[in-house]
Amino acid sequence: MLAGEAGEPRRWAIRHQIAVGEFFDAADLVPVSQAHIMADTESLGEAGVAFLERLAAAPEADRRVRIPTLTDPRGLDFAVYKRLGQTEAMAALEARTIAALKSFGVLMTDTCINYQTIMPPTRAEHLAMGDTGVVIYSNSVFGACSNFEGGPSALAAALTGRTPRYGYHLDGCRRPSRRFRLDAQPRDLSEWGALGGIVGRECGSYWEVPLIEGVDAAPGSDALKHLGAAMASYGSTALFHMPGITADLDRRRPAGMPAGGRRSETITRAEIDAFVAAYDATGDKVDVVVFAAPHLSLVEMAAVADALAGRQVHSDTTLLVATSPEIKHAADRMGVTQRIEAAGAIVAAGICFYQSYAGEMAEANGWKRLLTNSAKLVNIIGGYGYRPTLASLERCVDSAIAGRVV
Amino acid sequence: MPIVLHCHKGIGAAVTGTALVAKDNFSARYDLDRKRGAFSRPTHALAGRSYAGKILVLDTAKGGVATAWMLHEMKTRGIVPLALVFNRVNPILAQGAAFGGVTMVDRFGEDVTDLIRTGDTLRIDPEAGLVEILNRDR
Repeated sequence: MLAGEAGEPRRWAIRHQIAVGEFFDAADLVPVSQAHIMADTESLGEAGVAFLERLAAAPEADRRVRIPTLTDPRGLDFAVYKRLGQTEAMAALEARTIAALKSFGVLMTDTCINYQTIMPPTRAEHLAMGDTGVVIYSNSVFGACSNFEGGPSALAAALTGRTPRYGYHLDGCRRPSRRFRLDAQPRDLSEWGALGGIVGRECGSYWEVPLIEGVDAAPGSDALKHLGAAMASYGSTALFHMPGITADLDRRRPAGMPAGGRRSETITRAEIDAFVAAYDATGDKVDVVVFAAPHLSLVEMAAVADALAGRQVHSDTTLLVATSPEIKHAADRMGVTQRIEAAGAIVAAGICFYQSYAGEMAEANGWKRLLTNSAKLVNIIGGYGYRPTLASLERCVDSAIAGRVV
Repeated sequence: MPIVLHCHKGIGAAVTGTALVAKDNFSARYDLDRKRGAFSRPTHALAGRSYAGKILVLDTAKGGVATAWMLHEMKTRGIVPLALVFNRVNPILAQGAAFGGVTMVDRFGEDVTDLIRTGDTLRIDPEAGLVEILNRDR
């Protein structure tokens, strides 16, 4: 491949992988069974799109991916972009990107919950996943092995069918390095996200692996999704252990954690409350309420529809729900989409808000105060000029109806 | 005699430039106004400061995967840090630097944000794993 006999795309890919592998002292490349590419046009820019198009212009045999390859959310949903104040230029860039990705043979899943909706990983499966929430869920809940693979690296893995063996592909990196004990149970998805934010902030590095003890009962897929997504966002964390619940560890003492071991840090009700309260804005006008980041499961979609039942979103407030195309189709078929939209809300498929020109949307729509039940979104969106508030799904919906934070 | 700091073998070409130092972390998506070339996240230690052409000296990478594309996009427009000097990066920053052709080094013996001061003139040799502070000897 390096000599170019397999074509220019694979030559580029293996060169990129060798550069990254050498930086992390990888001994070799490990075969991977799936790749997942983050390629939203806001991140790519004109330069990134032109790069994809150059590779995509190679002969078909040279450019086809070698393993099943999925996509993370896109920058724009052609069905709703005008209502969100996105521009024709953004739509044109999006169309070029989609065309380029399709010519590699990429499956346009456009989602960050592929582990819930497309193909859940299995234990010990090596992957090249391109979304931090997907990586942490795959590594932790399923016991699969993936590093954060940014767009170029995930594409490289798709083209070569392997990835440099470092970080979470190695057993030695997966042992717990920090220990936390819950003194209080999170009460809803926003608090599971808050817990993830607290642990992530404490760990503060990709290379720290938190162990979380004291979880009363299996939290369920959506709770672990919000927990992991927030932990990865606040801490760049890629793996956590929850004895008896996550895959790497059973109820026995975890490997590498001696009996008297590391002191565990206790997380209290007051800390969870303080995390949420730091973003509080009770009484403020609400410009936009967002359910996204990560994409909503069908169960969450139904919960939003139930909370909205028979009510109307305030005329000065936008309520946006973002999910995967698969879940959108299911929600359409079951009447869930119609119930949400009857309340005046927007349901978007394949975008995830912060990857969708959030700064430009804020300017175009005059949005400032944002309310969400996603701790991950609260963490990200400040850099785009928003003032975010974290609240439960029910409180978000009540606020959207009232037009102010209730 | 310049001060010589040893680090892990890095990525990109050898460069010389001016340091901008903070005890904080880095994500191109979370922290930057990439059009203006300045830190935009209000809570970042470098909020409001321009990063274009500077050698950023920070603790670690945080957050998402977008930086892997964004360094390339920033470099193409020429509004990009000259180099990244970190205590420890995550895969995304390494991938982004490799893809974008941005100089980057990490893994020093000590806290690099203590060793280097804002305004220092640095020469970075990624291949040799060396950073020299040219403007002072202690």
